Amino acid sequence: MADALLTLEGVHTHIGQYHILQGVDFAVPRGAMTVLLGRNGAGKSTTLRTIMGLWKPSRGKITFEGREIGGWATPDIARAGIGYVPETMGVFADLTVRENMILAARAGAPDAARLEWIFGFFPALKRFWTHPAGVLSGGQKQMLSIARAIIEPRPLILIDEPTKGIAPAIIDNMISAFDELKRGATTLLLVEQNFRFAEALGDHAVVMDDGRIVHRETMAALAADTATQTRLLGLSLEAHG
Amino acid sequence: MIKTLLSGDLPRSRLLSGLLVLILATLAAAPLLFPGAQAINTAAKICVFVVLVASYDLLLGYTGIVSFAHTMFYGLGGYGVGLALYSWGPTWASALAGLTIALFAGLALAFLIGLFSLRVRAIFFAMVTLAVASAFAILAAQLSSFTGGEDGRSFRIPELLRADALIELPFVGPITGRTITYYVVFLSALASFLGALRIVNSPFGRVLQAIRENDFRAEALGYRTIFYRTSANCLAAGMAVFAGALNSLWFRYTGPDTTLSFAIMLDILLMVVIGGMGTMYGAVIGATLFIVAQNYLQKLMGAAAKSTEALPLLPHLLHPDRWLLWLGVLFVLSVYFFPTGIVGKLRQG
Repeated sequence: MADALLTLEGVHTHIGQYHILQGVDFAVPRGAMTVLLGRNGAGKSTTLRTIMGLWKPSRGKITFEGREIGGWATPDIARAGIGYVPETMGVFADLTVRENMILAARAGAPDAARLEWIFGFFPALKRFWTHPAGVLSGGQKQMLSIARAIIEPRPLILIDEPTKGIAPAIIDNMISAFDELKRGATTLLLVEQNFRFAEALGDHAVVMDDGRIVHRETMAALAADTATQTRLLGLSLEAHG
Repeated sequence: MIKTLLSGDLPRSRLLSGLLVLILATLAAAPLLFPGAQAINTAAKICVFVVLVASYDLLLGYTGIVSFAHTMFYGLGGYGVGLALYSWGPTWASALAGLTIALFAGLALAFLIGLFSLRVRAIFFAMVTLAVASAFAILAAQLSSFTGGEDGRSFRIPELLRADALIELPFVGPITGRTITYYVVFLSALASFLGALRIVNSPFGRVLQAIRENDFRAEALGYRTIFYRTSANCLAAGMAVFAGALNSLWFRYTGPDTTLSFAIMLDILLMVVIGGMGTMYGAVIGATLFIVAQNYLQKLMGAAAKSTEALPLLPHLLHPDRWLLWLGVLFVLSVYFFPTGIVGKLRQG
């Protein structure tokens, strides 16, 4: 792909004796949202963790902004400009909301205007600013996890199932936040099981199964293709409508 | 002013604040309040252990690193200053040179242990530190011509600090060298504790806490955990070396039983847990309670045994020789009722 920010070519990942990723190939176009779809256990979260260096690829090539990052240490990948929102939310429970945000702002003190912009989407964070993150509800922790990833402008953000177990009202705020990020030229790679959410935001869809990429097309085309959805994902928009 | 001194980390409990003020005031006025040698020795030991336990809390409570080599660094400080004063004479230059050498040696050892071992799992790191500390203790005992072996070394301290020295201070009157030594120990301990508070409340301290909670998450935010863990290891080692030097200066003696013994390592661990891990103030509460119990529990039990000698069994249970048993019972009860330590419990209200 000509204007790809991130590309994976023949990436294999082993976790212990298990061969999880078996030659993953796909590209993430710059300034758009690519959604990684697939059934449970297809290897979606492992793909994100491999990109972040949390699992080392055993073979293959991962290129970000023209640099081969496969095998880099996780902190170096994060410093190269990749933000990561893990599936488990990943907040630091003993630190306050404020301290969590300060930790994520690597370039210095968080920018006040950007903080206000984030509070516009996630007002609960302002309310609980000085509270330990451990006392937040599941949805508020997810807000904090996302807010941490976007506290500074980053070229690429990897987001792992942000809507899992989250109230619809918060999901609407997430859609608004991600939409604005896209308009601000941030590239997003999202792993998502909620097809409605994925459809509302996604530009490109990549479907995984059994550690491989089995399908690629635009999100709009996949949303319109009920037969493919049923075949690859075991669902259809009508069924979930 | 107080908030700045405490780096914004206030005790957050009235009772805890009261306890801390009481301990601080008692330690500050100890030479005036307690004329006896045992009481002043206890006060000085509390000052030394506040530094030692605070440095271990930085490691265990704030960074989540379990190390059994803390007494090795404590011993390095003790032997550094002690052997320098013994070999080069009782001067300030000797003491300073001994402290500097011990600090460099301690930091270098902590750096090497940290660099090589912090990449492995916590249990292996703990094992490595145990092995290194044991090797160091054996070495100190074996090199008897240099270290004094099992007997250790007694030495003279600079003239100003000697018990027979008497100096006249304006507005205060004459004070002995022993009192001056006490205030050197007290003020050094106070400054070290405030320094440790500053460290844990700095951006560096926040990263340490993040690493303790989840090192993968911290790495995903761009923090090189090995750098932060090794730095914490070196800082804690440096503080332990300093505590050892203060201990040596106060007791004018250094030996394996008073600095390198594994029993001291267990005491430090108990003081951190009883006081409250990851709170810093827990070091003050834990060290004070433990050392006071260590020094006075036997006397208290002796009196209790005497007053109950007419009763069956009880005098035997309260015999001063059973003090470790009761200390153990107190420890089990405190862990059961205060799992977050005394400071944690007081902060919860």
